[in-house]
Amino acid sequence: MNHLAEIRKDIDSYWKRLSSGGKSVVQLMEICGTHTVAISRGGLRSLLPEGLRLVSGPGCPVCVTEQSYMDAAVHLSGISDVIIATYGDMVRVPGSSGSLEQARCDGANVEIVYAAHNAVELARNRPDKQVVFLAIGFETTAPATALAIRQARDEGVTNFSALTAHKLVTPAMRVLLSQTDVRIDGFLCPGHVSVITGWREYKPIAEQFDKPCVVAGFDDEQILAGISEILRQLADDAPSACSVYPAVSADGNPQAKQVIKETFDVTDARWRALGVIPSSGLVLKGEFTNFDTARRFDLPEFETVEPPGCRCGDVICGRCLPTDCPMFGGQCTPREPVGPCMVSSEGSCAAYYKYGTKR
Amino acid sequence: MCLAIPAKIESLEGEKATIDLAGARATAMTSLTPQAKIGDWVLVHAGYAITILNEKDARETFAIFREMEGLTK
Repeated sequence: MNHLAEIRKDIDSYWKRLSSGGKSVVQLMEICGTHTVAISRGGLRSLLPEGLRLVSGPGCPVCVTEQSYMDAAVHLSGISDVIIATYGDMVRVPGSSGSLEQARCDGANVEIVYAAHNAVELARNRPDKQVVFLAIGFETTAPATALAIRQARDEGVTNFSALTAHKLVTPAMRVLLSQTDVRIDGFLCPGHVSVITGWREYKPIAEQFDKPCVVAGFDDEQILAGISEILRQLADDAPSACSVYPAVSADGNPQAKQVIKETFDVTDARWRALGVIPSSGLVLKGEFTNFDTARRFDLPEFETVEPPGCRCGDVICGRCLPTDCPMFGGQCTPREPVGPCMVSSEGSCAAYYKYGTKR
Repeated sequence: MCLAIPAKIESLEGEKATIDLAGARATAMTSLTPQAKIGDWVLVHAGYAITILNEKDARETFAIFREMEGLTK
């Protein structure tokens, strides 16, 4: 018997125990865009028992970024001496006055970078321009921003700044668990966020809310192994935090945690659909405010206006599946997306659309 | 966005590593993994190596490794 078959056998056996204990429905939430895509790509839902549901949470950094942030980015791209440096995922996200892609068609200078330090190099090579780096993402990505800002400071690259909207995962998990209209029996925790934070980060949540929090890797076997471990904990009535992903240690990457701590302060942050979550975001510490785009430029206030009819907010809170949105696949497609979940390569709607996920 | 890709360090100049990324040569910074050395497998995210991988674990773990092995068999 191969490993995958063994894991499926375990899942079936835990499921039988849960069913005989009266549990006919279990709903698990993944909070990682890469998991969302891998689950759909692998058709993993079809391998699970009927009644075991997987819903997506706020695990796609682009999807949880407020529209007002996109509007600020598009506004900045319209300033003649500004170059926007961004990870590719952000380019097609619609703001209320269009996307960065459209702004680029209209002559704006928008450069895709694969690493934060490439944005600093861009600034060094273009001293006649202001390079604005769109710094979004969770704990995985925040250290790269922190190091880029430190590099800019150390090398005197003063025409570099970052428009920061980094977010922390566990405060959002707590908010989701306190929602009464969304059922979450356990979390499949993000693999690469956890490489930085360590799996012990989830222990207080597992203990306080009695919910399994299991970090999983990204191939089919690892995701199913994570699901199997959650079911085992539920069947044994022993929820805890752990990892089945070998790349993740209990305490994470100490250098990365340290550079986050030395560069950012924790602050309240506004999430799409979830509103303001206390202590869930990162803002540059006082000594780095010279590199804060929001301070360097006189930015207008942008109101958050969600596209009418778009249910991205409900999708990222696990309140509905992408296929429950009336726009899914009709008015909203990857070619002409209405909401961010259809744009981002890690968005739930894009994953459901691409892989034809039925349930 | 949190995608991280396993790669092998081919050479190292200060914190700048030349890596073999599924057959393609690229660069990554080792500022977050100062103990990384030539020949190590690392997980690269947004231009930075974020952890060092045990090669055995990595080979068992990642689908990409299996595909690479398939190519060389």
